[in-house]
Amino acid sequence: MITDVVIPPAAVLIFGALILPLLSARLRAFFLLVLPLVTLYFVWQVPDGTALKATYLGYELALVRGDALSRLFATVFAIMAFAGGLYALNQNRTAELVAAFCYAGSAIGVVFAGDLLTVFIFWELMAIASTLVVWSAGPSARGAGLRYAAIHLLGGVLLMAGLVGEIAGTGSIAFTKFTLDSVPRGLILAGFLINAGAWPLSSWLPDAYPESSWSGMVFLSAFTTKTAVYVLLRGFPGTEILIYVGLFMVFYGIIYAILENDMRRILAYSIVNQVGFMVTGIGLGTEMALNGAAAHAFTHIIYKALLLMSAGSVLYMTGKRKCTDLGGLFRTMPLTTICGIVGALSISSFPLTSGFVSKSMISEAAGIQQLAVVWYLLAAASAGVFLHAGIKFPWFVFFQKDSGMRPPDPPWNMRAAMVLFAALCIGIGVLPGPLYALLPYPVDFVPYTGSHVVFYLQLLLFSGLAFFLMLNWLKRTLTITLDVDWLYRRLGLAAAPSFDRFAETAWTGVVAATNRGADGFLRVIQRHHSPAGILARTWQTGTMAFWTTIMLAAYLVLSYL
Amino acid sequence: MSAVRSQLPILQVLVPLLGAVLVAFLRRGTSAFALTLVVSWILPFVAGAMLLQVLATGPISYALGGWAPPIGIEYRVDVLNAMVLMLVSTVGAVIMPFAYRSVAFELDDSKEAWFYSMYLLCLAGLLGVAVTGDAFNAFVFLEISSLSTYVLIAMGPDRRALLSAFQYLIMGTIGATFYVIGVGFLYVLTGSLNMVDIAARLATVGPDQGQAVLTALAFITVGLSLKLALFPLHAWLPNAYTYAPSWATAFLAATATKVAIYLLVRYYFSIFGVAIDIRSLPIGDFIVGLSIAAMLVASFVAVFETNLKRMLAYSSVAQIGYITLGIGLANQAGLTGGLVHIVNHALMKAALFLAVGAMFYRAYTVELKDLAGIGRKMPLTTAAFTIAGFGLVGTPGTAGFISKWYLAVGALDKGWWLLVFLIVGSSLIALVYVGRVLEVVWLREPSVEIAKVRDPPLSMMAPLIVLTIATIYFGFDTEWTAGVASTAAKSLLGGLR
Repeated sequence: MITDVVIPPAAVLIFGALILPLLSARLRAFFLLVLPLVTLYFVWQVPDGTALKATYLGYELALVRGDALSRLFATVFAIMAFAGGLYALNQNRTAELVAAFCYAGSAIGVVFAGDLLTVFIFWELMAIASTLVVWSAGPSARGAGLRYAAIHLLGGVLLMAGLVGEIAGTGSIAFTKFTLDSVPRGLILAGFLINAGAWPLSSWLPDAYPESSWSGMVFLSAFTTKTAVYVLLRGFPGTEILIYVGLFMVFYGIIYAILENDMRRILAYSIVNQVGFMVTGIGLGTEMALNGAAAHAFTHIIYKALLLMSAGSVLYMTGKRKCTDLGGLFRTMPLTTICGIVGALSISSFPLTSGFVSKSMISEAAGIQQLAVVWYLLAAASAGVFLHAGIKFPWFVFFQKDSGMRPPDPPWNMRAAMVLFAALCIGIGVLPGPLYALLPYPVDFVPYTGSHVVFYLQLLLFSGLAFFLMLNWLKRTLTITLDVDWLYRRLGLAAAPSFDRFAETAWTGVVAATNRGADGFLRVIQRHHSPAGILARTWQTGTMAFWTTIMLAAYLVLSYL
Repeated sequence: MSAVRSQLPILQVLVPLLGAVLVAFLRRGTSAFALTLVVSWILPFVAGAMLLQVLATGPISYALGGWAPPIGIEYRVDVLNAMVLMLVSTVGAVIMPFAYRSVAFELDDSKEAWFYSMYLLCLAGLLGVAVTGDAFNAFVFLEISSLSTYVLIAMGPDRRALLSAFQYLIMGTIGATFYVIGVGFLYVLTGSLNMVDIAARLATVGPDQGQAVLTALAFITVGLSLKLALFPLHAWLPNAYTYAPSWATAFLAATATKVAIYLLVRYYFSIFGVAIDIRSLPIGDFIVGLSIAAMLVASFVAVFETNLKRMLAYSSVAQIGYITLGIGLANQAGLTGGLVHIVNHALMKAALFLAVGAMFYRAYTVELKDLAGIGRKMPLTTAAFTIAGFGLVGTPGTAGFISKWYLAVGALDKGWWLLVFLIVGSSLIALVYVGRVLEVVWLREPSVEIAKVRDPPLSMMAPLIVLTIATIYFGFDTEWTAGVASTAAKSLLGGLR
């Protein structure tokens, strides 16, 4: 086949998104569905190797570079954009849809980027577009959006500093596999990890995502963290520290999700947890582990979006998001309940669902490498996932007590999007072949062996038992969970009483000390820089002349020394 | 045609100078504007022709009145000042249509013609500083531009404009005096006022006079630092920019300080740098230190400012820090970054001040709290502000990123890791002050007064859109910004001793 002109798939989605506001409602709906499909078509037209070049800042950029890994991520991103568009058809804030499609397009841009500069450009575009998605939810999302933007720009700063250093040091802008042996590479890794939601700068995720609209979070869950997984897969496979970072994320996500009361915050923490599995897989670095991480990213996008669609439907129909306010919705929202359960089973890697065929690969890779501790921790974490996302989410939202609400299932387009993804979850789980064929390395892994299935079923059944035994303890009260972002949000400690007493005492000291430090710093800045401060108020002419003399003296003294 | 071509350097100054005189005879604002518009639109072609010629065949030397240099005044154009001439004349031409309504709105009818006359005089002065190769002639033009600037500022609609102009007058005069004292030292040492000649003769000055050379350098540096508002000699700038007429602020912010920066670069690299080993002096590091202070302190001040024009003025002080940082680094990438930021910052800041001017034209206020929700009523203006604001932050895809990139590379070439962090860190502070405005203008509900406003007419919108597009365009195609700056930096650094 001859491909003389390669059309960058990212450009299709981004420029297509920008004309959305100019269209009538009917045409806009049409475009929302067609654009991602056209993008998907172009994703599959990208040949292997560098396909589109440009010159920028004196460097030759590889704007589009195709290979199996890029295509895998771009495919699921395009599918996600389609389902998200379908789900959000009746979102009447056009700005959110434009931002969401630009966001998806930038993510596709990152995965096709063949050099560090292009990665960085799309990376920043993604940060801006996703901030706009958060902000589209309205005034209540304002603060969270600002914090979200600040953290991501901090990530951008680290990334850019690393990038400049890498390019200055090696003279090459190529985005290849890096060994972690220099400061710039450490900075690049740190920049990537911030987007992956790694501790300690992970709280942007559960802070900002749940503040977005019912449809916004569906988009948000898919792209930022998964592009981070992609760049880690591309740049830092087999970097040992990622194993520990990943495991930490896995347990951090579980613990906070169990403590959480807001249904969408539960799912947000569970994103951190799931990305932790992928990061661990990348840290293991064998072909099977990398395959597993890539496959898990693919399946995770689908089942997490499905879970968030069902949570979004509940929010859309009831306007409520706290577990304590919800319950008993299965009577009138049967389809939403079923789809939510399919998503919950997938995330718990129940056999015959998509999560099973991807996550078991990562565990298996750890087992093959004789990393017993990692293997046990991953197994324990799988049980924990079932606990917090697999049972907790559907139980408290759809069953549990009767909240008295009788909302019907959501409109047809939202139902269609959920059914599509539920079908994909089960389809991939039953027939993993097509997904395995897309993976970057050849797969010689059979998910459905007797021991696998039995092992996972036991694990899930026992943790299910544990859930109902501990139900009383797990019952959600109206709590707010304390996370690291308190350090920089500096909210009153009084609002966080019911967290475990031990943690509270320990935290109180740390938080108070940090608050004092941050407050003091801010006070100094404010005292000198606010309009009445010495550096901002109008100086007397004499003062200005005085400083002129001082400067002259300084120059003279320095020169004569 | 070739007769005109050989006279281009003097035309660059003569056209606006004569224009200023002619406009001064006019009484009607509209006719004064029309004449000024014609004059403004001629100048970029003159500058452009010279830039092309310089790039093709090397520096142009023009003997004023036929008196051969170094006795006579020489106008000398190389890549560096051709770039500055191009910038000043183009910005003047592009934003000119905006002036028609904005000036008529903010000034009394009787003052309009004077305003345009003073503007042309200022333009002639700025172009003169950039075109001349004579140290004293540069002083004369510096004073022409400064004196007319004082008048432009004093014409501001707020009565505080008078005090600001007066304060600027005192400080500007001190700066000019310092500069001329420095030139006096040089004249005593070398017996010449021609810049090329001074550089050549300075190299042969005996070691016993080394201290006099350093004193000349110190006086000129401090004098020009005042003119270009390098921290802590920036204190005149915020008030002057805040209370001047909106259009004058946009013009001055984009051009006036830039020309002073050009002159400093000229003295450093083409005069002192040729004669003495300037890189062994602590002066470069000192300028780097002051630049960092400017980037951080002025950005923090901007974060707390409530008046939009004042906020942008402080942001200018911070951005000037980026430019002088490149000068202080004095390596290829750093100096390229500094020089290219002269152009990039001019475009972005002109766009930002014009956007604020347009808001003032419609909403009668530049107080941030009163502008809540204006984005929904003036979407194009606010979008332009947003894009130029992102440029200020240095987002990839905007011109600001190019400058930041070269500066970061320049800092790394010196092995100064911390400086890379400070550069990108200060852009984070820029994000805070730009983001704060964006949050108010886009996300808040418009008040009753704001609900009535709409985008300004085309004559105001067009310059704003052109500058905004340029901000994005020069973020991708850098041949005419970074390319020219890099050529200029190379020849400047190549001439160093």
